[in-house]
Amino acid sequence: MNIDICIVAFSQSACVAQAGAANEVELIMPQLEAVYGQVGISNAQDVDFVCSGSCDYLQGAAFAFVAGVDALGAVPPIQESHVEMDAAWALYEAVLKIRMGHAESALVYGFSKSSPGELPVVLSQQLDPYYLAPQWIDSISLAALQARLMLDKGIIKASDMAAVVASSRRCAMDNDKAQLAGQFSISDLLEEPEYVSPLRKADCSPISDGASAMIICTRSKAEEWQVPFVRLSGIDHRIETHNLGMRDLTTSHSTRLVAEALSIHNSSLDIAELYAPFSHQQIILEQALELQAETEINPSGGVLAGNLMMASGLSRVGEVFNRIVAGEAERGLAHATSGPCLQHNLLAILESV
Amino acid sequence: MVKDSLLQKEYELGFTYTRSTGPVVGKFLTGLKNRQIFGNRASDGRVIVPPMEYDPETFRPLNDFVQVSDAGVIESWCWVSKPRSSHPSAVPFAWAMIKLDGADISMIHHIVTNEQNRVVTGARVKALWIDQPVGFISDIRCFVLEED
Repeated sequence: MNIDICIVAFSQSACVAQAGAANEVELIMPQLEAVYGQVGISNAQDVDFVCSGSCDYLQGAAFAFVAGVDALGAVPPIQESHVEMDAAWALYEAVLKIRMGHAESALVYGFSKSSPGELPVVLSQQLDPYYLAPQWIDSISLAALQARLMLDKGIIKASDMAAVVASSRRCAMDNDKAQLAGQFSISDLLEEPEYVSPLRKADCSPISDGASAMIICTRSKAEEWQVPFVRLSGIDHRIETHNLGMRDLTTSHSTRLVAEALSIHNSSLDIAELYAPFSHQQIILEQALELQAETEINPSGGVLAGNLMMASGLSRVGEVFNRIVAGEAERGLAHATSGPCLQHNLLAILESV
Repeated sequence: MVKDSLLQKEYELGFTYTRSTGPVVGKFLTGLKNRQIFGNRASDGRVIVPPMEYDPETFRPLNDFVQVSDAGVIESWCWVSKPRSSHPSAVPFAWAMIKLDGADISMIHHIVTNEQNRVVTGARVKALWIDQPVGFISDIRCFVLEED
């Protein structure tokens, strides 16, 4: 049975460097209230399924994600699940649940409070436990090794990376949720000192606290709710080996495979929101996706303007949803990534109805 | 209540079990203990160092081990001018992808040198071992540049 799946609501908090005393539940609740309001329901009892994405390493405690359920009000019992991944993969699980006929509607949310720890080091502990984690190699250093390979091979120049940053900051001036925005020239950016050479600080996404939430449902449920909706016409993902030496880090093989599976190459896309935590990775993704010239890339500014770990992937989908609902685009692509150096990639296609 | 009357017990936060590293990772870690570096052949014949349990393309178990050199070539590198407290070096250093002689796949480790300008792609490096290897990846204290 082919079930049309629609997105009916999305909300994201501002990306802030430090959410202060607010805990994770307090970061999630305003976004849940916002999406309930958009479809006119009162709480999580009014959807058939709930799935969240977060990372227990950020809170430093096993099953820390369970505390997030306090934001839902899970009594009487609800059907609830969690992925230790970006919430874009929670969306994927919710899509499967609806496609299997086990639910007509689902609430998806992702959250993180990254500021209390040292995020690049925390992420090092998710690497291979014998060969890499004991070396404490951080996520920025791994990305720097990837950028060096691209620079050495002449695939990019430092000015290409700076151009990605300049575009992100400029687009983010129209995004009131962004953490970093402004007019910067390529030469301004190149004058900044190197941070973890060859990366400059501006090549790295900032560390942000916050959350985002989305509601999806069948087409008949969307019509019943009588709200604007967007069709989620495709979603798929692929992962590459954890052995960084065995991957060609200058390209994204897995993104290419998903793009082929979803027939994205040479298809018409008005916008693409790409989850590239480092400037050179946006270029890798653009090349793997073979985007056409008319596709506007990261109109929100992307994650270089604010990166909610575990929610940024879902937010890429949400950004495309918002623009289609606003009539600014007909068809768009959202991308989410996870793991070091773009190890795992998910793509979603959204279309107006 | 008098403090001395409280029951007290030392508690070390950690895993309460031991785990075998198995025939592949174990072979590599045991090799380190003897200052030897082992890789294994992927399905396509390439030598992977450190060895992998399964081929990521064919999913076949890999058990054809090959000893490689503890010296090799820098394939990629980045310079850490301000090491983090968790980093393996307190002084500025380079993370690097190093292709050891006899290997086809590069491994990740770090290079310590006071000659930053000699850390370039293609430069040769050699493992510096700790005095009493125990079978951890950190038995290789770091890599150092070979003399010209």
